[in-house]
Amino acid sequence: MIPRVGVVTFPGSLDDRDAARAVRIAGGEAVALWHGDDDLKKVDAVVLPGGFSYGDYLRCGAIARFAPVMHSIVDAAKGGLPVLGICNGFQILCESHLLPGALTRNDSLHFICRDQQLRIEDTTSMWTADFETGQEILIPLKNGEGGYVADEATLDMLEGEGRVIARYLGLNPNGSRRDIAGIRNERGNVVGLMPHPEHAVEDLTGPTTDGLPFFTSVLNSLVGAS
Amino acid sequence: MARVIVDVMLKPEILDPQGRAVQGALGRLGLTGVQDVRQGKQFIIDIEGTLEGDRYDLMHTLAEELLSNPVIENYSMRVVDDEQ
Repeated sequence: MIPRVGVVTFPGSLDDRDAARAVRIAGGEAVALWHGDDDLKKVDAVVLPGGFSYGDYLRCGAIARFAPVMHSIVDAAKGGLPVLGICNGFQILCESHLLPGALTRNDSLHFICRDQQLRIEDTTSMWTADFETGQEILIPLKNGEGGYVADEATLDMLEGEGRVIARYLGLNPNGSRRDIAGIRNERGNVVGLMPHPEHAVEDLTGPTTDGLPFFTSVLNSLVGAS
Repeated sequence: MARVIVDVMLKPEILDPQGRAVQGALGRLGLTGVQDVRQGKQFIIDIEGTLEGDRYDLMHTLAEELLSNPVIENYSMRVVDDEQ
């Protein structure tokens, strides 16, 4: 079985092709999904890629949340469909309330683009199972509104339940509370991550191949479950 | 015609880096004593007829769910009278 992983293209998505390529390099079949079509084409998992859906108008991810494809994805995610939101995809997952909290303007007000060191904190999610807990990785980060915020009770809940999947190491790039780079939902099928694993899947174009396990994790989980 | 005005502001506990940058600029331009600046958004929505009943309720819902993000923002909504 070769799992089918859908990659959604919204108007303004930038990283859909890289995400699809990462899926293929990891051994999956990438399936293009369109924002205006609620048909998920029987995919086994979905990636919401980075970019600037709907021009980031209103708030990042606020309009994408109401796209027809998102209605199907929200329903399916609640039923267990694995969903990874990267950067703008993470913003869309928060706007959709599949993940708690929100992403706000970087505290520096600068758009940050650099290779970023992270520590993987949780390997129970479907997208991080192939990592070692505590593993340090280096993948690109590029965002203007990547500051993760939530109220203290929510942050404590995320920490207490082990739902922080990755944290920034070194200088916090965007003011994220508690250095949070990524979180998961309670069930572990939905993950949001601000840095970009899909840009670190082969030596020629990435700083490392440290992003690849996000994609192999879900493929292995799906194959193991079938 | 009815005019609906929705103001959206970041909640007080959410850091507002844009407001902070504006605060710095005000000081540099000679305005002394600025203690805080918060930056928000205003939506001005002109709508046919009068806004009442279900449509009023829907406008409120959309002000909360689309125009603002309740996790980080508060909104206030008011209907100003028609200009006839």
